[in-house]
Amino acid sequence: MDATLSGAQTVKGLAAAKPTGRISDPLFVGLLWASGIFVLLLLGLIIAMLFEGGLPALREFGISFLWSTTWNPVTERFGAGVMVFGTLFSAVIAVIVALPLSFGIAFFLTEIAPGPLRRPIGVAIQLLAAIPSIIYGMWGFFIVVPLIAAYVQPPLIEWLGPIPLIGALFQGPPLGAGMLTAGLILALMILPFITAMFVEVLESVPPMIKESAYGVGATTYEVYRNVSVPYGRSAMVGAVMLGLGRALGETMAVTFVIGNATRMSASLFAPGATIASTIANEFPEASIGSLKLQALLQLGFILFVISFIVLALSRMLVRSKLKG
Amino acid sequence: MASLARRRATDYTVKAISIGFAGLSLVLLAWIIWTLLSRGLPALGPHVFTRITLPPGAGGGLLNAIVGSLIQIGMALVIGTPIGLMCGTFLAENGRGTHIGNVVRFVNDVLLSAPSILIGLFVYQLLVVPFGGFSGWAGVVALAILVIPVVVRTTEDMLALVPIGLREAAFALGAPQWKVVTMITWRAARAGITTGILLALARAAGETAPLLFTSLGNNGWSLNLNAPMASLPIAIYQYAASPFEDWVALAWAGALLITAGVLALNIVSRLVLAKMK
Repeated sequence: MDATLSGAQTVKGLAAAKPTGRISDPLFVGLLWASGIFVLLLLGLIIAMLFEGGLPALREFGISFLWSTTWNPVTERFGAGVMVFGTLFSAVIAVIVALPLSFGIAFFLTEIAPGPLRRPIGVAIQLLAAIPSIIYGMWGFFIVVPLIAAYVQPPLIEWLGPIPLIGALFQGPPLGAGMLTAGLILALMILPFITAMFVEVLESVPPMIKESAYGVGATTYEVYRNVSVPYGRSAMVGAVMLGLGRALGETMAVTFVIGNATRMSASLFAPGATIASTIANEFPEASIGSLKLQALLQLGFILFVISFIVLALSRMLVRSKLKG
Repeated sequence: MASLARRRATDYTVKAISIGFAGLSLVLLAWIIWTLLSRGLPALGPHVFTRITLPPGAGGGLLNAIVGSLIQIGMALVIGTPIGLMCGTFLAENGRGTHIGNVVRFVNDVLLSAPSILIGLFVYQLLVVPFGGFSGWAGVVALAILVIPVVVRTTEDMLALVPIGLREAAFALGAPQWKVVTMITWRAARAGITTGILLALARAAGETAPLLFTSLGNNGWSLNLNAPMASLPIAIYQYAASPFEDWVALAWAGALLITAGVLALNIVSRLVLAKMK
């Protein structure tokens, strides 16, 4: 860093100058405070405007809007049930798939990978987080959906479909697009976030306690499982929550691959809808002041509340460990 | 306790699975990039950069979408960067350990991960409804709201790396805070702060959802920020879902352009960051 050099030069300049801060300093500090407060107000304004915009829909349909599974633009009866279910269902699939992968990759990056490979591989996995959502959508729509429809769904429907209880997850025609595909794409998208935080937490484990476990003869995996992971458990739960929060609000990728059907189904293969995909899809057909637009804004508000809770929990868990 | 042989076997198995998982994620990354190259490169000709979007079969390009994107991203950075820079400085210099600082930091973290489509809805309510129509400005504001939290986060992190001694030395010479911040700490953290702006640029460049209900997209040539404005992500979204082969090909070309730009920005900023630490 060239900080010391340019710092020293500046200090010379400062020494020669008279104190000039009488007016400019309060102004500058005022600006700093103002921008801090601005960010606070921004979030408040976002929440207020989404709530206010969706309020008429809430008045019209009552609190049952939250769980009603009707979404009928023709008769103008709207409910959020199907989308709330789809949002949670696809996000939970994503976390269930991404979690073991992240555990494995974090183990690889912190314990197995040889030194020179560690950074390049870590960076490459982080690049997955940089790819725009719409690219995942296109890749999912043109490449993954046909593959799943041809090779994954038919055998699963045939083998697992007839089994009672579990079979309900594997019903319906092999369309390719649906909850499972959306969940898989989301899993790939949140994987780098979860992995990066896992690695950060695992690297903060004091070497001493790991070494004492090695000293009594534990294997690498046993140290990882019984020492490192328990040490960082709360922050790692926080990392998973962050991934969940990201998956809940993802829009473009999901819109391409979920099939966009506003029907409720327990099947992994059935097309569905999330709050975000419904907003993206149906907004162009909703005119200003219409009940449909208000219902969409209300959906947005619900999504905001869900994400806010998940992100707040995540942050509490992560900060408590890393800063404490 | 299990026998040593069994514990060793478990250890090897888990290691093998972990290597497999890491390999799998790299393969998926390579697969996505390969898909973009194999479908985007053949569609990428000079017409993409010299012609505007035209009806299917008319041999159109993406010129208006590329220019629209550049204008909107540029303006979003012009608006978002100063606010983000000041707010990040506030957190690092004035807000450390204070209640208000913690609240602002929390709110910024929420904004950083909040669903981007909701930012679009918010700006729709804030600017599109009252002013009676979709506009480039609305898109600019939506992207600026995405830029701010990224810049805040990196600015705060980078300023925290500047040694306290540097600031104390300047204060000891009687320098007012604005001089200490602008001439000492910002300069010392210059590279890191620039990285944050590059990352914000990369994020704004790839976002589609916030533009859907703000700048809307425009199939004609328009530089007017008061009218609906084309953008690359929106053009890709429209074209990819269309039944016309040449439109889908253009969507792949656009997708390749965006991804190449975003990945390049990310790699450059990571290199700068790695050098600093």
